[in-house]
Amino acid sequence: MTTPVLSVRHLSKSFGGLQAVSDVSFDLAAGELLALIGPNGAGKTTCFNMLNGQLKADSGEVKLNGESILGLSPRRIWRKGVGRTFQITATYASMTVRENVQMALISNARQTWNLWSRASALHVNRANDLLELVGMADQAERAAAILAYGDLKRLELAIALAHDPKLLLMDEPTAGMAPRERVRLMQLTAGIVKDQGISVLFTEHDMDVVFAHAHRIMVLNRGELIASGSVDEIRNDARVQEVYLGGGRLFEEKGKGHG
Amino acid sequence: MADRMLVLDNVNAYYGKAHILHDLSFSIGKGEVVALLGRNGAGKTTTMRSIMQLVRPASGTVSFEGTDITRWPTHKVARAGLGYVPEERRIFADLSVMENLEVGRQPHRDGYPDWTVEHMFELFPNLSERRGNRGKQLSGGEQQMLTIARTLMGNPKLLLLDEPSEGIAPVIVEQMAETLLEIKAKGLTVLLSEQNLHFARIVADRAVIIESGTAVFDGSFEELESQQEIRDQYLSV
Amino acid sequence: MSFYFAQFLTGLASASSLFLVACGLSLIFGVTRIVNFAHGSFYMLGAYLAYTLVQYVPGSIVGFWGSVIAAALVVGLIGAIIEVVMLRRIYNAPELYQLVATFGIVLIVQDAVLWIFGAEDKLGPRAPGLDGIVRIFGEPIPQYDLLLVALGPAVLGALWLLLNRTRWGVLVRAATLDREMVASLGVNQSWLFTTVFFLGSFLAGLGGALQVPRVSINLLMDLSIIAEAFVVVVIGGMGSIPGAFVAALLIGELNAFGVLVLPQATIVLAFVVMAVVLVIRPYGLFGKQETAAHAAGQVEAPIRPASPLKRTIALALLALLLVLPFLMGEFALVLATDILIFALFAASLHFIMGNSGMVSFGHAAYFALGCYGAAFLVKYFGGSMEMALVAGPLFAGLGALVFGWFCVRLSGVYMAMLTLAAAQIVWSTAFQWQELTGGDDGLLGIWPSDWARSKTAFYYLSLALCGGGILLLRRMIFSPFGYALRGGRDNPNRTESIGIDLRAQQWAAFVIAGVFAGIAGGVYVFSKGSIFPDEAAIPRSVDALVMVLLGGVQTLSGPIVGAGVFRLLEDEISRLDYWRAILGGIIVGIVIIAPEGIAGFIKRIAVKAGLEREGETAA
Repeated sequence: MTTPVLSVRHLSKSFGGLQAVSDVSFDLAAGELLALIGPNGAGKTTCFNMLNGQLKADSGEVKLNGESILGLSPRRIWRKGVGRTFQITATYASMTVRENVQMALISNARQTWNLWSRASALHVNRANDLLELVGMADQAERAAAILAYGDLKRLELAIALAHDPKLLLMDEPTAGMAPRERVRLMQLTAGIVKDQGISVLFTEHDMDVVFAHAHRIMVLNRGELIASGSVDEIRNDARVQEVYLGGGRLFEEKGKGHG
Repeated sequence: MADRMLVLDNVNAYYGKAHILHDLSFSIGKGEVVALLGRNGAGKTTTMRSIMQLVRPASGTVSFEGTDITRWPTHKVARAGLGYVPEERRIFADLSVMENLEVGRQPHRDGYPDWTVEHMFELFPNLSERRGNRGKQLSGGEQQMLTIARTLMGNPKLLLLDEPSEGIAPVIVEQMAETLLEIKAKGLTVLLSEQNLHFARIVADRAVIIESGTAVFDGSFEELESQQEIRDQYLSV
Repeated sequence: MSFYFAQFLTGLASASSLFLVACGLSLIFGVTRIVNFAHGSFYMLGAYLAYTLVQYVPGSIVGFWGSVIAAALVVGLIGAIIEVVMLRRIYNAPELYQLVATFGIVLIVQDAVLWIFGAEDKLGPRAPGLDGIVRIFGEPIPQYDLLLVALGPAVLGALWLLLNRTRWGVLVRAATLDREMVASLGVNQSWLFTTVFFLGSFLAGLGGALQVPRVSINLLMDLSIIAEAFVVVVIGGMGSIPGAFVAALLIGELNAFGVLVLPQATIVLAFVVMAVVLVIRPYGLFGKQETAAHAAGQVEAPIRPASPLKRTIALALLALLLVLPFLMGEFALVLATDILIFALFAASLHFIMGNSGMVSFGHAAYFALGCYGAAFLVKYFGGSMEMALVAGPLFAGLGALVFGWFCVRLSGVYMAMLTLAAAQIVWSTAFQWQELTGGDDGLLGIWPSDWARSKTAFYYLSLALCGGGILLLRRMIFSPFGYALRGGRDNPNRTESIGIDLRAQQWAAFVIAGVFAGIAGGVYVFSKGSIFPDEAAIPRSVDALVMVLLGGVQTLSGPIVGAGVFRLLEDEISRLDYWRAILGGIIVGIVIIAPEGIAGFIKRIAVKAGLEREGETAA
């Protein structure tokens, strides 16, 4: 076995007596799309924020390609090769689409202290390539503020890919999108993952998206990992059905749709 | 349609300078549950906000029970009997469950159920156990129930629900569907914006699909079932 | 020991009035999200009104307390009227505009009080029935002070009951959290806001009225109490009433004991405490992170290099400036020099405020430090003008380095308050450290080198330094550094998540803005030949803000236009009586009528006329 891209051991965090995440351990292999699901308040976001550096863990270990990254600031973790997208898109509204990507490229080249050059003239070709990759090249000159939501999500993906990350953390990548757009975005992501060998850890509420695209699924409940396995294993896990998926009408109807 | 309770007639609305609603027209009959479907950015939330006059329509009219309510102040619209449950829940995080309900309390209207705090706790048993807790201590699903309960405390005639199932665990969405069917049985009219077609189909009588701020479909779910093209274009599962 | 206890009680007594003012401010901020600069004016009005009413009922206990309550009620009513007539129109404006607009009210009230009550200080009578003293551990304590000591907790308790045990209170607390949602639930917000404003103003008026037997009443009361009240509210946490109480006690005691240790520097002490509290707890003792307002502001369009038309206009302007000495007399040249200096000052503020989203309410500090830095070099080291013009900006940059370290840890309203505090430290130091700064008498006789002594030569010197500074600032806005700041303004999380150390960039920007304000200050001191502490005072900081607003925050050429218009305007109206009220009215008018500023207004017209490309506007 090669070393996993991301290796998490005994990760724990509590907020004033409430155990938000307790003793979570898992590995993420190169090129793997791993989904983290669970009810609201199960600790998914807490878990994510510890991985990306926004939150300090109480205990545990997080290694990226064998190197510990726990406790580093978000920007250090980014420099180690971790990209992220946000649940609610976070882009620069007062910049053009291309400038949004250029900012990540400028930062990657450590040029943010340059007081003299014209920012919008730097890394133009590379920015165009990234926009081409996510299918946004034709909108490069538009202001990010006027993009449709699905386009913003794609722009975020381009920004997250700008520094050739080894690992992408995507917090509810398809939240707030229409079903068809969800499928498109996840197909796009899956394709990029495959071509570039990037690993992805994502949280998601839309089970259609999870079941269709995840290579493996982990289920979090009250801060603990209660199940981990393939799509079919999770779908048929009695405990997961009880705390999260439910077994009632919603999925019967859905079953019909799939048949 | 004799009993048209809420009528949108050629409504145009802007957000900043972006033209969101284009000549949007549809209506809801008394006692009906209508699902407003469409992709994100199609204008569902703006439609809800335009009805509440949180967004002022640039042209066109919104009328409720035959009265033109366009450009009324929002609180007056609410007092006329429109109850709005926004997306992202927006409960008062620092207020207790009881206080959240108190903010929503409005006088009773003849011919409509008179909701009391006790009714709310029957409808949402989870909230009963947490009546002294602050809003921010509730789980996402409980918060969603609280927003609905809070709005029902205003004894509305018509309920506007903006994406109630978004970001909620499937098991809770199921519970919510049951509750909505109970509310419907009490004679309330409901306009529900949704992206979850499964959920919408369970609770709604009729679907209105909007795209780029215009209604592109208005009919029953059976009709929608037969119109493969519309479904693929605007909904696609 | 007993002496210290007596001092402790004095601290508690003065804390009461401070609490009344601060809790009103906090209450109003909580619900309306407006930081009301004019709250100190309500306090002053309360004092003047009570003083006047008491004259009609000398020596009567009922008359005295009746006057106090009546004064507070009248002030409450005035507050409510101001809310209805004016503030209601700016609830959706950016917070900065609101702050500046309420400062406009400060100016209007100042002149109104001057007009009605006159310029001389007033000394009120003691409170009938409470004019004696009580001996505690042998120390004399005024009876009236004991009453005030009890009043603070009583008001706190009453407010708690009002907010937690009445429907009105629940609605107010709900509106503090989400105004739009409250309206959607059928609550008449306008009515709620007006009542809150009434109560807040009433409390401020009461605070002022209660001071009548204790202190002399004068026209400086408004700004001195508002600075302290800001400190209290920020230490306690914006919007928190228990926080305001604890912080008022803290500041009251700090003043009472600070006087014993550092009699000259109690203001500095209070601000130092505030800075320390904010660094440890960025939202104050009892405060919470501000929730993002649901009313979305106008998103700025992407910036683009100047169009050929704009370049032509800029070149024409430059050409005009170059030949100006041949067209105008000396008097006009002095005015033009002034405009250049203030254009650079405003541009340096715009650099951090417009492009970087860091609202500074104390930018005058760095302007003044630039002045003093230059002046010190000439006065104490016998330096030349050329050296002084380097020393000034360095001194200002050093100040910005120190204050900026604290300020960039905060954002929004808290940052604005802390920058104001920093400016107050500079001002009070300049005012009180007489040996160094000459205090109120200032430093005189700082003249340019021989070659620059003529008005024309000095004008060209100013044009080179200030014009060059403005161009440099503009260049930086388009650089990766400027873009990183812009990104930090648009979305701090995103900026950190692409590896940018935003705080470090902001700190550097703060220092750069300080240095350029210092250049303006250095040139200014040589143009006037003297420097006084006023250059660091609140009104000077507001001048800079008004210039930026006049020009338009979102317009790169705004500061230049703003400085020009402001200076010409000031030159016109400062000859009139009651010019402050006129200026205040103009400020209020701009915020209400042309919130995009003059340059923004021209841009809008130009876009309409098809002269300029329309940036696709934001959703």
